[in-house]
Amino acid sequence: MAILVYAESHDGQYKKAAFEAVSYAKSIADKSGDTVTAVAINVTDSSDSLYKYGANKVLKVSNDALKNFSPNAYAKVLAELHDGETIVLPSTNDGATIAPLLALKTNATLVTNLIAAPSNVSPFTADRKAFSGKGIETIEVTGGPKVLTVLQNAFGLKENPVSGTEETASVSVSDADAKVKVTKVEQKSSDKIDLKEAEIVVSAGRGMKGPENWGMIEEMANILGAATACSKPVADIHWRPHEEHVGQTGKAIAPKLYIAVGISGAIQHLAGVNSSKTIVVINSDPEAPFFKSADYGIVGDAFEIVPKLNEELRKFKG
Amino acid sequence: MKVLVCISSVPDTTAKINFTGDGKEFDKNGVQFVINPHDEFSLTRAVQLQETQGAKITVITVGDASVEPVMRKALAIGADDAIRVNADARDHFFVATQIAKVAKEGGYDLILTGKESIDYNGGAVPGLVAGLLDYGFINGCVGLTVNGTSVEAVREIDGGKETLSGEFPLVIAGQKGLVEETELRIPNMRGIMAARTKPLNVVEAEQTESKLKVVGYVKPPSRGNVTLIDKDNVAELVRLLHEEAKVI
Repeated sequence: MAILVYAESHDGQYKKAAFEAVSYAKSIADKSGDTVTAVAINVTDSSDSLYKYGANKVLKVSNDALKNFSPNAYAKVLAELHDGETIVLPSTNDGATIAPLLALKTNATLVTNLIAAPSNVSPFTADRKAFSGKGIETIEVTGGPKVLTVLQNAFGLKENPVSGTEETASVSVSDADAKVKVTKVEQKSSDKIDLKEAEIVVSAGRGMKGPENWGMIEEMANILGAATACSKPVADIHWRPHEEHVGQTGKAIAPKLYIAVGISGAIQHLAGVNSSKTIVVINSDPEAPFFKSADYGIVGDAFEIVPKLNEELRKFKG
Repeated sequence: MKVLVCISSVPDTTAKINFTGDGKEFDKNGVQFVINPHDEFSLTRAVQLQETQGAKITVITVGDASVEPVMRKALAIGADDAIRVNADARDHFFVATQIAKVAKEGGYDLILTGKESIDYNGGAVPGLVAGLLDYGFINGCVGLTVNGTSVEAVREIDGGKETLSGEFPLVIAGQKGLVEETELRIPNMRGIMAARTKPLNVVEAEQTESKLKVVGYVKPPSRGNVTLIDKDNVAELVRLLHEEAKVI
């Protein structure tokens, strides 16, 4: 049987989240003996990038009615192309929106925000995020079809190259399937790295003293090929855009490396970054709570330390 | 218009998270419960619609009697009445089924929720309610205007924003941005007094079948002590990140 994967794309290109979803499906397939079929909607990217992560088949759907996102229309497409017991989606804004509708359309059990490969596939037993990263919940699906969403930057990318095939798939979806219509899309410049997908994030807060001082933070991000983030207070006073706010009511991220400059480490902030693999804290206050949740720390004036650190990072990067 | 605001009673963000000895349940001892932070944005937006357009607001929570203080807080903030479905909020399909039933029977135009609860991080209930009712669904909503029975909403997408238009009835999952943090309503004395006599009706739950079982909980491994690096030796940090942490 085939595990169906929603290979999410943006402007015709696969997102990293699509590769994570395929990798996850492959981790199930390796135990269950299933194959992996990815669904690509209005994608111009080569399917080779999906075969690399274990997709045996790629179903390509091209349809004008799907040009804009619609939870109901996209769920309908996946339900129509689905043939097996398991569907995997990334837990992105779109993936998480499609999943519940898709679970109902396919009479499946919905499991969201999985963070690791299943320990068992029959019954399906796996860990998921809980308590905003302060807990891990192990669940079991006792039987029947399932729709699974995979947390970004949790399971990761696992290369498992197979020789896959591509097929065109037609679906019976029309404009009428979108219950809510998109009237406008505003996209910021797409050369910025997606904060939820970034492997490295450089973040700063009130310790920066003013928005005009962010140059050295952006420079560090440039050197490292990182995304930039910020704490809630500086987003609230518009020093940084809302989209950069990470925390309890902002974005939750899990990069390989999170560097926090001039952020004290309030619990609400930690809730958004506690799943980062490595945390570096730079703060002038030795009592800053963030040091208790950090792997590495430097106590001192950010305005002295960051330029020196940028210098060393530039040397390191060569 | 009739608005149904779905709220969860969740452990306060600063609560210490522990599990019972057998790891089967969250340990509620000594924990302070609050309205789920994402739900607060939706609740405030509803109160604004009440003030500007005369919307009637019902709040709904699935839970035992211990969730009533949180519901009274929502009434104090401005909801007109409340419905508690008397059951453990066991799994998201169960919770969504209860909400969908109340929403349909009550003829609500707008069902507002938070996009995810900070305890179980399901993010599933809003979409399941929409699917069960076959209503339009807007997730991650950061802006909402109502004109009669039409709605214009803004949804956050990767690297930007999408503007949407829809018609009642709709399910909308809100988050920070739906209203500004500074606009969030808190109960005042008058609200608290009024909340005491506003209706809070308890209804029984409809049974559902579930194939989703919770096996148990553990805490993630702790990070260990921080390695402090001298500010005059930042090269050491670069070395550690490369050789020890292997992240650069």
